[in-house]
Amino acid sequence: MLSRVADNLYWLARYLERTENLARLVGATTNLMLDLPRHLAPGWQPLVKITGSELIYSEREDRDFSEKSIVRFLIADMKYGGSMVSSISRAREIARTARDIMPREFWERINALHLYVGEQATVAIDKFTRHAFLERVTGGVQQLIGMLEGVVSEGEALSFLSLGRNIERADMTSRIVDVRAAALPVNNTAELRPFETVLWMSVLRSLSGYQMYRMHARERVHGVGVVRFLLADEHFPRACVCCLHRAEEVLHSLPHSEPLVRWLSRTRRVLTRARLEGLDQVQLHEFIDRFQLSLARWNDELARIYFLGEIKPSATAGT
Amino acid sequence: MPIAWEEYPATSTFDELIVPGGGARDAARSLVEYLSTLGVGELMTRQRAAEAAIRGMGITFTVYHQEGGSIDRSWPLDIIPRVIALQEWQRIEAGLQQRARALNLFINDIYHAQQIVHAGVFPREFLADSANFRPQCVGINPPLGVWAHVCGSDLIRGADGTVFVLEDNLRVPSGVSYMLENRQVVKRVFPELFEATTILPVDDYPSKLLETLRAIAPPEAGAPEVVVLTPGIYNSAYFEHSYLAQQMGVELVEGRDLAVGDDDIVYMRTIDGWKRVDVIYRRVDDLFLDPEVFRDDSSLGVPGLMRAWCRGTVSLANAPGAGVADDKLVYTFVPAMIRYYLNEEAILPNVPSYLCTDPEQRAYVLAHLAELVVKPANESGGYGMLMGPKSTAEERAQFAQLISQNPRNYIAQPVISLSTTPTLVDGLLEPRHLDLRPFILSGRETQVTTGGLTRVAMRKGSLVVNSSQGGGSKDTWIVDTAL
Repeated sequence: MLSRVADNLYWLARYLERTENLARLVGATTNLMLDLPRHLAPGWQPLVKITGSELIYSEREDRDFSEKSIVRFLIADMKYGGSMVSSISRAREIARTARDIMPREFWERINALHLYVGEQATVAIDKFTRHAFLERVTGGVQQLIGMLEGVVSEGEALSFLSLGRNIERADMTSRIVDVRAAALPVNNTAELRPFETVLWMSVLRSLSGYQMYRMHARERVHGVGVVRFLLADEHFPRACVCCLHRAEEVLHSLPHSEPLVRWLSRTRRVLTRARLEGLDQVQLHEFIDRFQLSLARWNDELARIYFLGEIKPSATAGT
Repeated sequence: MPIAWEEYPATSTFDELIVPGGGARDAARSLVEYLSTLGVGELMTRQRAAEAAIRGMGITFTVYHQEGGSIDRSWPLDIIPRVIALQEWQRIEAGLQQRARALNLFINDIYHAQQIVHAGVFPREFLADSANFRPQCVGINPPLGVWAHVCGSDLIRGADGTVFVLEDNLRVPSGVSYMLENRQVVKRVFPELFEATTILPVDDYPSKLLETLRAIAPPEAGAPEVVVLTPGIYNSAYFEHSYLAQQMGVELVEGRDLAVGDDDIVYMRTIDGWKRVDVIYRRVDDLFLDPEVFRDDSSLGVPGLMRAWCRGTVSLANAPGAGVADDKLVYTFVPAMIRYYLNEEAILPNVPSYLCTDPEQRAYVLAHLAELVVKPANESGGYGMLMGPKSTAEERAQFAQLISQNPRNYIAQPVISLSTTPTLVDGLLEPRHLDLRPFILSGRETQVTTGGLTRVAMRKGSLVVNSSQGGGSKDTWIVDTAL
């Protein structure tokens, strides 16, 4: 497979996943705000932090951290490259170049989703119409992913799509845990205690992990339990360890992947063995920070091996 | 409501399906009868079904817009096929093969001994001012001596039924994917007809193209790696590039995917390292192929590609420089070329043309601008033309000046009234003008597509068939009436 095509497919999956994650994030936050007393609510500001866009947001005109401004920023702002409209546009642009390898329906559906998000993004700002919009986006992305799993033959194309999806997921899950844990202390204060369950439930819901957590944990929803579940569960598809494990399995079928596999399994071990119970807020933040740094370096290594073609042509002459 | 063919408007020109009075031509008889049984209402339903299929299959072409970038539009297809009898087609096919052979011999000769010039058949001065002559190609020997592996020749039919060659596109002719897709769609829309009539199939083109490309691989390549080189998604023919790569099962590459090593070999960057490329079906114009040799601001090409091609480590189709024969002035010499190289008379005539370099002919052209079509020698796509009968006195004065200043750059032709064919327009079958672009593959053999891409002007009386200017297309049937 051409490096450019592999690179494109990897990012197509990442942008698509990002589109869905933004919908989940905004949806779960909307619900959380309705459940908490106003003076305890963490506000919308953490979403800017989760998406790592503090600097860009601070340069905007309506940077008042109000619900309206932040939702508009995350969903409808074409100028912000990490917004939902930007993510789906980029995914669609890539899908356009990959029409020779993707199923025809995929192009039509992603095109339709792109049009829908572009036309309807502003209705998401209104709390009343937001829910239906977000559901349709989440459903649309899941349909696209299902289509890929359902009709693309196993092979390099599917491998790079799967890598992109799992790495983006692991990244987003760790961001959500990081920011929420900072706002909702793992060892909570007396005033928050009555709402602790509500808060952590909303974190799980933003990742559609509430039911799976209940089946897995069979106990009260509490901070350390949720953090461990989201970072280190081996079976929940949005848990970091599970994502990394899936990425590893995909890599086995790709050439020259040994260093990438080793890297992921090392990172996975660190997550699994972490003693989360003993960590305070700062330590947990540092721990997750190291994880994200590791993912970023892994991403560079992936690009070096598959996308950049750093080895000079003449060096491989005759192969 | 049944179709009243006797009410089909007769025009002063040749109709491909209907003879004056409303009868059907032999090859079109079963089609015309079948259409009558359907009636116009049912035809409209099927036209809508075809349009839905085209959207569903994602058959598009790209149009540029000043603002807003480029837009993908659904490919316009009129479901009423254009029919040609096999017997007539066989003569056209032979004429196109003859033409492609002569053109390839001409290009090869021009980059070598130039015997045709020494023999006094082709004037030296025309060569000197040719915009598409590439000095870099002199002395190069492409495999099999073939330069124009894919040629798209435009055919038109005049009022008396004569088929003329209007031009030969030897650079990067496009449209073949639409010929193939039109057939797919029409088969879905009129399945009954394909069962009842012997319509020759068209779908083996991609495998023939691949066979042609493999045949020109450098001799040392065992199982040659063939790729399609595209300028990228913003090119108007990107759909076709992607389609052909997919149909041939080869990689679709952009310039940035390729690199030329110190060994003058072309490689493509894959996830498994750099891999050698043997044959490039390039859909990038000459001047953008290699910034080391041609336009140095081109980001579409590959630095060193010409070096590799000259060394023979990679084959390019069409070969650089093949466009030297894609010139309106050279076109006027094709019948002479056929005589010179093949010792045969041209089977298909050219449209009669006046050379503005010849004082007598120029005088005639200048005196009759209002009746003639004036074409610049090196443009394609209908740019920079004067349509005499529709021109203003001002435009004619401007062209008179242009011709006098640079006679080499212009030829003039009488207006040929293109033939028509029944076309669905607002619920009626009306005659619309059309042309035909068959594609000729030259490798070990010379092969012609079965029919070609029929383009039709959708506006009444219009002779403009380009899809970017509101033209449509049709499926082209070569029908064997003996069976």
